[in-house]
Amino acid sequence: MYKALADAIAEAESSNMRLADVALNAESRDQGRPVEEIRAVLKRALDVMRSAIEQGSVGDLKSASGLVGGDAAKLRNDAHGPLADTVFREILTRALAVQEVNAAMGVIVAAPTAGGAGVLPAILTGLAKQKNVPDEKVVDALATAGLIGAVVAERASLSGAEGGCQAETGAAAGMAAGAATEMLGGTPSQAGHAVALTMQGMLGLVCDPLGGLVELPCVFRNATGSAMALAGIEMAMAGITFAIPVDEVIDVMGEIGREMDVRYRETAGGGLAATPTGRRLAKERLYQIKRSDG
Amino acid sequence: MVSLLDIIGPVMVGPSSSHTAGACRIGLLARCLVGGTPQRGVLQLHGSFARTGEGHGTDKALVGGLLGFKPDDERLRTALQIAEKEGLDYKFEKTTIADAAHPNTVRISVERGDTKSTLLGSSLGAGRILIQEIDGYPVEVTGNFDTLVLVAEDRKGSIARITTILAEHNVNIATLRLTRKERGGDAFMVIECDEHPDQDAAETIRGLEWVRWARSLDKVSGG
Repeated sequence: MYKALADAIAEAESSNMRLADVALNAESRDQGRPVEEIRAVLKRALDVMRSAIEQGSVGDLKSASGLVGGDAAKLRNDAHGPLADTVFREILTRALAVQEVNAAMGVIVAAPTAGGAGVLPAILTGLAKQKNVPDEKVVDALATAGLIGAVVAERASLSGAEGGCQAETGAAAGMAAGAATEMLGGTPSQAGHAVALTMQGMLGLVCDPLGGLVELPCVFRNATGSAMALAGIEMAMAGITFAIPVDEVIDVMGEIGREMDVRYRETAGGGLAATPTGRRLAKERLYQIKRSDG
Repeated sequence: MVSLLDIIGPVMVGPSSSHTAGACRIGLLARCLVGGTPQRGVLQLHGSFARTGEGHGTDKALVGGLLGFKPDDERLRTALQIAEKEGLDYKFEKTTIADAAHPNTVRISVERGDTKSTLLGSSLGAGRILIQEIDGYPVEVTGNFDTLVLVAEDRKGSIARITTILAEHNVNIATLRLTRKERGGDAFMVIECDEHPDQDAAETIRGLEWVRWARSLDKVSGG
């Protein structure tokens, strides 16, 4: 797989291919598997993403601690917000839905991780529905997203414990933005700018879940991360470019993660987890989980 | 090398790839050591597994793995109740394995009939795992391949004999690591295979008089 997005973009543009093709070819070469087999695995991932969205939209799920659940359904059914009936609203709903399923021990696709699993399905399936994109192209977009994620894994990190939330929902947003930009007809270079424009907005985001559980704020971070990805897509498709090259944006995300205090890396020692209410809720809820389990 | 399918995947029961999917895979490998669902299991949790494991379903995922459930099996949610029905008597303990151990580490001791075994494994993130110890022998098993682990007398031609048996059973070797403590002492072999070595291959190797101990572990991760 590529170690720099710039190399993948150059390869794609010089041979008149899409990033999706470049990614699938590289994976096929690396793993000794035919492209069709890789696409079949990605198609199954897409099916699981869609069924998680469906499951999470009903509103009958509760997480282990009871701290999250039911909010995707609220957003789906409410008519008051200024964005009702927009694709923006639809995407926020889908991101919450997947993450509520995850918190309730339902089946999701870790993309790149379970904690950031809502962003990519929300953006890709939400936009695909609005623009009538066939499944085959959504599968291509998953390949593009995988390429972007692999570069982030190589240059920075995809783990909240290593790099904070910028490495989980931040990476997920970057992956979704680049993949969707290409899916909607953007060039490989525009896709690269979409990644940079999105990830610059996620830099420095800490990982501060209450009680160390993948619940609060993780569920909502997937929605706000999706909003950031939409901003990146919208700007890149209008031809806006970001002056700092995308690989340097990824590098600096890794650098900030390494310098981030351990309290802000999934340990529940800082951020929202360490607020008075955060501590109280975590204590109450963890006690409840122990009791209900037996 | 990072694979695209490691990034878009695994398909798994939430909420945490390291606390749930990785834990389940470690449980699956412990199950392999005794060749089926154990009757008894003692699970010693270390670090973050001990601290936040319950909220992340780590307990359910580990026990689900012992029951043979894969990371995407929704029965993981009710694994603790299913264990009772299936006669798996499990016990969790919180412990400190070593200060330097990975934060998501567990030691699992399992019993099935006359067979007993213990492994030490860590969940490294994104569902990746590493088994570091089996029955006191240091190993490195990732679960990305069907793997044979064995301890044999350090004697000439032992590798040739074992690789021949595998070839005769149509198994191609992906990697082979051989270590020993001293010349003429016990040799540890970890053989990662491209194909699943069938029962007969494993039995034939186990039956060699100079093989002291051998275990076969299933592939539990990778696309």
